[in-house]
Amino acid sequence: MAIFLNENSKVVVQGMTGSEGKKHTQRMLASGTNIVGGVTPGKGGQSVDFDGAPVAVYGSCAEAVEATGADVSVVFVPPKFTKSAVIEAVDAGIPLVIVITEGVPVHDTAELFSYAQAKGTTRVIGPNCPGVISPGKSNAGIIPADITKAGRVGLVSKSGTLTYQMMYELRDFGFSSAVGIGGDPIIGTTHIDCLKAFEDDPDTDAIVMIGEIGGDAEERAAAYIKDNVTKPVVGYVAGFTAPEGKTMGHAGAIVSGSSGTAQAKKEALEAVGVKVGKTPSEAAQLMRAILQGN
Amino acid sequence: MDLMEYQAKELFAKHGVPVTLGTVVEKAEDAHDAAQQLGGRVVVKAQVQVGGRGKAGGVKLAENPQDAVARAHDILGMDIKGHTVNRVLIAPTADIAEEYYFSFLVNRAERDYLCIASIEGGVEIEEVARTNPDAVAKVSIDPQTGVDDAKAAEIVAATRFPTEVADQAADLIKKLWDVFIKEDATLVEVNPLVRLADGKLEALDGKVTLDENADFRHPDHVQFEDKAAADPLEQQAKDKGLNYVKLDGAVGIIGNGAGLVMSTLDVVAYAGEKHSNVKPANFLDIGGGASAEVMANGLHIILGDPQVKSVLVNVFGGITACDSVANGIVHALELLGDEANKPLVVRLDGNNVEEGRRILQDANHPLVTLADTMDGAADRAAELASLSSQAKDRD
Repeated sequence: MAIFLNENSKVVVQGMTGSEGKKHTQRMLASGTNIVGGVTPGKGGQSVDFDGAPVAVYGSCAEAVEATGADVSVVFVPPKFTKSAVIEAVDAGIPLVIVITEGVPVHDTAELFSYAQAKGTTRVIGPNCPGVISPGKSNAGIIPADITKAGRVGLVSKSGTLTYQMMYELRDFGFSSAVGIGGDPIIGTTHIDCLKAFEDDPDTDAIVMIGEIGGDAEERAAAYIKDNVTKPVVGYVAGFTAPEGKTMGHAGAIVSGSSGTAQAKKEALEAVGVKVGKTPSEAAQLMRAILQGN
Repeated sequence: MDLMEYQAKELFAKHGVPVTLGTVVEKAEDAHDAAQQLGGRVVVKAQVQVGGRGKAGGVKLAENPQDAVARAHDILGMDIKGHTVNRVLIAPTADIAEEYYFSFLVNRAERDYLCIASIEGGVEIEEVARTNPDAVAKVSIDPQTGVDDAKAAEIVAATRFPTEVADQAADLIKKLWDVFIKEDATLVEVNPLVRLADGKLEALDGKVTLDENADFRHPDHVQFEDKAAADPLEQQAKDKGLNYVKLDGAVGIIGNGAGLVMSTLDVVAYAGEKHSNVKPANFLDIGGGASAEVMANGLHIILGDPQVKSVLVNVFGGITACDSVANGIVHALELLGDEANKPLVVRLDGNNVEEGRRILQDANHPLVTLADTMDGAADRAAELASLSSQAKDRD
């Protein structure tokens, strides 16, 4: 099992002919992902060579789906074109669209998300996220595949590098899936969506949830955990030292007044029995203790 | 980017929202003519990118042009929540019958938009929401359909605007929606929205936050940047394309990825509790490619902060290879020469870490210490900053 992505996933890359798209398609192929094609408007019929293995380029998502049966799209197109690229993937009926692109205007994200919601057939992850990896099965995005192996921990995180850090800390246990949901104000898939999927996944025993300042997604996740999650959850929240009113890198990472603070998020999680580490390594130790039955 | 009131009002005017622009002055004596042109009796309002100006004494009534100069003199140079007042708006007084509150914002929880409005405006809306929640209307807006005639009517009804201003309110709401959508704002707030004695509605104040990710379709938004008010190091970093936020501590921080850097600040602050309470000096995310140039630019900014006593470089090589980060550090130190004069603690993990550590060991730079873990690196950097501060105290 695993969530969202598995060994049967057929992945297309929107923007595969661009430099980022090419670089990461190469990496995804190297980690065993079944890449069935690329999509670049106006370049249908071409192909891109990856170490002697050509990958076909289609002019649209619809053509790619028809030719390959693709069921996952990874989006690397520039911010200007991201909205239309995602809408195209939704219209083509692709059930999972992972948007790696950073710098998408929030109104574009609001629009593409509500479009996908209205259609009801596509899950969007991101934007501004590192993607999803189900180690040993498939890797859709930019998460390094060599940090850890397949295992039974599920990971959901707003941050890319903290995802890597946590996978590294628990590399001897391995992960069922790790999902980077991104740090923008509006994101297609939330902590709650991932908690639900991990709870339902028979191959996940425990969940690490990484949050950061801004909004109240962690508080809502805490409320969800209280009523719906039976598997052990360990949390980590970044940004205790962030000053009010300053955006810390991620567009959504900002404390406004008393709302969105790391302290409030930590307290909300602890109130529902989630063990929260003060540092990533402390969170990892907490998870380690759970997995070892201590 | 948060706009100042006069900038928000310029955007309002552009989209037909009724406002009185007034005159912006940077020198107190210029308030005289500005006030005279507006009829003598005016309001002098501090222009800063932060709320709560009135409470802080940044908004004053002036009875005549001389008085306006005196009030402008009082307000210019004031510090309001860390923002220095560099300009004031000289605005005509208004004959107010009623004050309302109105805003459009991005609703992160529902991933759509929200209109919050109340006919009990003029004070803090949080206070109204707490004491009289029924007086605050919240109407969610579908990004697919936006605010059309029907939605505007729904908002007017939910807010319970008086019948005699209902049509005007609906029209104004649609124009504020234009500001929100067409200017790529994430917040448009009017408090107070007033009904004047003559029955007309007017936006007497304005708060707008623009989405910088959308700058590519708004080349005109660059005019709103207030370079004078920005921290000089932050401005320098921005010009170099670096994501830097200045803080008050002694440990300079460089890392890759917003989450990891935020986390590094926290870990340094915890470690600092054992080392005379030293704190992180900044947030600096060098992102994916940590080339020598990016590393040198980052170090240059951090070493330009006189409060910095030590520097922590914390990189987890995901896509970034640690050997190129290590080379970046070595070359950056060469580029900086004598400017590099603070100890550097470097923690590398991930992609090509062995090679990265070997490069730093071989370079054997006297300022560089390698650390194995993030917590260990933070502890060492905090300790070095603390020792340096103590040494200075003894001098």
